[in-house]
Amino acid sequence: MNRLRRFFRTPEAIAGALILTLLVAMALAAPLLFPGDPQAIAGPALLPPFQDWSLPLGTDRLGRDVLAELFHGARTSLAVGLAAAAAALLIGAVVGTLAGFAGGLVDEVLMRVTDAFQTVPSFLLALAFVSIVGPSLGVVVVAIALGAWTGPARLARAEVLSIRERDYVAGARVIGMHPIAIAFREVLPNALPPVLALSSVIVAAAILTEAALSFLGLGDPNRVTWGGMIAEGRTVLRTAPFLSIAPGVALVLTVLGVYLAGEGVVESTAVRRSLS
Amino acid sequence: MTVLAVSNLAKHYRRGDKTFAAVDGVSFEIGPAETLALAGPSGSGKSTIARLVLRLIEPDAGRIDFEGHDFLALSGAALRARRAKLQMVFQDPLAAFNPRASVARVLDDPLRIHNIASRAERPDRIAALLERVGLDANLAASPIHEISGGQRQRVAIARAIATKPSLIVLDEAVAALDVSVRGQILELLLDLQREERISYLFISHDLGVIRAIAHRIAILDAGRIVETGDARAIIADPQSAIGKALVAATPKLVRSSQETL
Ligand SMILES: Nc1ncnc2c1ncn2[C@@H]1O[C@H](COP(=O)(O)OP(=O)(O)O)[C@@H](O)[C@H]1O
Ligand SMILES: [Mg+2]
Repeated sequence: MNRLRRFFRTPEAIAGALILTLLVAMALAAPLLFPGDPQAIAGPALLPPFQDWSLPLGTDRLGRDVLAELFHGARTSLAVGLAAAAAALLIGAVVGTLAGFAGGLVDEVLMRVTDAFQTVPSFLLALAFVSIVGPSLGVVVVAIALGAWTGPARLARAEVLSIRERDYVAGARVIGMHPIAIAFREVLPNALPPVLALSSVIVAAAILTEAALSFLGLGDPNRVTWGGMIAEGRTVLRTAPFLSIAPGVALVLTVLGVYLAGEGVVESTAVRRSLS
Repeated sequence: MTVLAVSNLAKHYRRGDKTFAAVDGVSFEIGPAETLALAGPSGSGKSTIARLVLRLIEPDAGRIDFEGHDFLALSGAALRARRAKLQMVFQDPLAAFNPRASVARVLDDPLRIHNIASRAERPDRIAALLERVGLDANLAASPIHEISGGQRQRVAIARAIATKPSLIVLDEAVAALDVSVRGQILELLLDLQREERISYLFISHDLGVIRAIAHRIAILDAGRIVETGDARAIIADPQSAIGKALVAATPKLVRSSQETL
């Protein structure tokens, strides 16, 4: 309760929470409010917004319902963003823990690999991966995670390096606990809080990367995505700018919301203090 | 038969670009149900010896025989299994446990790892261990950070005796406790030694505490044992300069050991 009150202390956190709530509500409500295929033709092409109340935001170049597309796009953005961030945090935490706890050659090899991944711009990595494997939701998630796990890995490793010198780790060895159990049961959970503080930034970046991939036509073709909508709208940018602006605004607000809410959580749990 | 025999143990560390001996040719023996105290000023190598004996760090030279077998020859699963018999209690009982653990989990770990009791039996074993160290069995559910320092040190002792060890290394185990709690913990240790015939390697800089619990003492200075023998005799009449200094730094030694307890 106390923590919740602390979270809602700043206007930024409140704004972030509101935007996120709206986004999640949109994602959850999409199949209820707009059942059926959002990519199906719903009316005349290029119907401007606020003209026909059965199609409040009008239609796109092919006559698809823009509002339905926005709702279903929220679903994709959120699913990909959360899944990719979760995968990146998981890979990063495991790699960082192994490197920091094992030390020596294992650490050396794992950190070289981390360096290699960090040197390649993450968007190029995602682009290359999707181009080779082919676009689908799962592949996009993996592609984004591939470029995002190095930050969590470095942070987890640094945290593990300090934790492994503590008495309780020596205590776990003295009672005969297996090193793998010590690393993942005793050390990792205590190394996690500062790593988790990265999640809002990673989710926000993942949502942007997904949009960029879709914009380049490398998103899942069976899904409506905001990036894909912007790409579609671009062809009629002069005559119907709203088709690009609507998903663009949705994207910006989402990334902002995720970021602000994440900052709020970090501030309220004071993980920030242990970070410095 | 000796429980622990250490001979010519050495451990070197780097300081700047020179190496120095934190432990320098140390030898001692501990018999069954015997307490050997290691005393010495801060930095004399006491904790390093404790960590070497427990195989938390590896020596540069020397030999450690535990219950008649070469302890340094063990590795991997064989070493982990052997650890059941050689336990430790740390100075800071808060740092000694995973900050997220409950009392029950802290005591469950050794029972599970060494297959001492089945999952169904373990809650009863945990309750019995808590009662053995003078704690309420209901404490099991408490998070480790919510109980008092004295209770925590009792939990540490319960964890150490869970695997029926023959030797417990105690590194400044009562140094962080209030005087009254300290006396109770020393009583508990003496009681456990009488009943379970456990040997102690008892590290302390406090000669009052050592006189209350130890049979023999070894006084360390700069990684070497400078004086060793009967604890009371040496504390009453130390020969080495470091021994004299330690006695001079312990004013309450004039009181009887009963009062110290
Ligand atoms: N890991 C280490 N690296 C370098 N020096 C160490 C390390 N551990 C202990 N030392 C040094 O070894 C000496 C003995 O330390 P220690 O055994 O902790 O002494 P004590 O427990 O008697 O106070 C000290 O000078 C200490 O600084
Ligand atoms: Mg010490």
